Amino acid sequence: MIESFPRLLNATILTIELTLLSLLFGVFVGAFFAVLRTSKVKILYFISYYYSYIFRGTPLLVQIFIIYFGLGQVEWLRESFLWVIFKEPYSCAIIAFTLNTGAYTSEIFRSAFETIQKGILEAAEGLGLNKIHTFFKIKLPIAIKQSLPAYGNEMILMLKGTSLASTVTLLDLTGVAKHIISTTFRPIEVFIVAGSIYLLMTFIIHNFIKILEKKFDYSK
Amino acid sequence: MSKFKKIFLSAIASVLLLSTSAIADKIKIGTEGAYPPWNAKDASGNLIGFEVDLAKELCTIMGRECTIVEQDWDGMIPALLMRKFDAIMAGMSITAERQKTITFSQGYADEVASLAVMKGSGLGSMDTPEGVNLSIGGADVKKALTTITAALAGKTVCVQTATIHQNFLESGDVGKVNVRTYKTQDEVNLDLAAGRCDAALAAAVAFTDYAEKSGKSVVLVGPTFSGGAFGNGVGVGIRQAGDGAIGKRDVKLLKDFNKAIDKARKQGIISELAIKHFGFDASM
Repeated sequence: MIESFPRLLNATILTIELTLLSLLFGVFVGAFFAVLRTSKVKILYFISYYYSYIFRGTPLLVQIFIIYFGLGQVEWLRESFLWVIFKEPYSCAIIAFTLNTGAYTSEIFRSAFETIQKGILEAAEGLGLNKIHTFFKIKLPIAIKQSLPAYGNEMILMLKGTSLASTVTLLDLTGVAKHIISTTFRPIEVFIVAGSIYLLMTFIIHNFIKILEKKFDYSK
Repeated sequence: MSKFKKIFLSAIASVLLLSTSAIADKIKIGTEGAYPPWNAKDASGNLIGFEVDLAKELCTIMGRECTIVEQDWDGMIPALLMRKFDAIMAGMSITAERQKTITFSQGYADEVASLAVMKGSGLGSMDTPEGVNLSIGGADVKKALTTITAALAGKTVCVQTATIHQNFLESGDVGKVNVRTYKTQDEVNLDLAAGRCDAALAAAVAFTDYAEKSGKSVVLVGPTFSGGAFGNGVGVGIRQAGDGAIGKRDVKLLKDFNKAIDKARKQGIISELAIKHFGFDASM
């Protein structure tokens, strides 16, 4: 049992990698679609709306299966240059996770911007701030503060979501745990250790967000 | 104790009773339902295949009522240990590693393993004997393993997780191969056909069955493997003798299965079912 611990820690690196990369790309995807959502061009609005609707409305497991096993069945994709990306389980997992977290993030950003009170913007206008100034000095800080609690949740969900990478052959924390169980037949002990490692990572994210929340708390 | 509490506790108790197979006299047999032709599911979700038919025959011989339940392969042995069912019939080979945790009846059928590739693959031609028995060993086996090691170097070989095939690839007998593990054989087949795997290793029949049903040009390459890491045939997996009434019951179950397999073999039932499902007599 004890000798399997280093293997689990080693696998944690992949879990962290998947989480951080997906969240990083997800923030850009989320911001992009949040901006589209405010667009007055109807088609752009609908693209953003249905993207978020579809990726929030289907299980992450289904999404990763469609991207990995589903797209692997498409002949012209296999013959195109894109196959370099879709051939590897690693990049398929990143794509699936990014698109999934991007959908939630876009909703978080959208609602954060929508909660900014009109009075504040009018005050900014009254002070003679231009649009760029208003965005970076007023709108963005308020939006970040608003979205932090929800985004912290999303980070934790994404961390746990990466466990599905094991379903497409990746040896992340869950994947290695399953691998160890398949030879030791001791699911309880191994999953408790793996679960504790997830808990520790969640604890770190939780406190990181807490610190940020304090930093952006302007009422103090 | 409040009335609600009583109802709640009795509900929990009855669920626990129902879920412990040890209480009922019925035999519960666990199978995967995803490893044709050993065990599989038809379009409407019913369990079918060689072992499903054989289980019914063995239960008839034992004069016991049986239910066959489905269990994911990677949780098969833990589920047996947790008494979710009493016996495993899931194309599970009898290996020394598994015998550390569970016990097996005598073997009822044997399968050879083989590598498979897509037609036209660079691995298509390997100069090896037709069959390699790792238990026998010798210069021929060594030479064959060297040939395979050279052919597979740096290649991605796909297998189902927690199988003899995975153990073999990770044993070092064929050098350092990039092993990719999947939850089911179906997924191995899909990724082999998609070109994500350079080769795959499983029971030879698992590939021929897939090639036939899907029309994909999956072909067997290299020798067939048996012995050593590949175990000594497929048997019924049963819990090791434990304490108390349940322990005694497991010991009796093992005896009953052994007797029933003897009888079924003598009557030609196993051969008949094997020919029906495999196309050849895989019985033992």
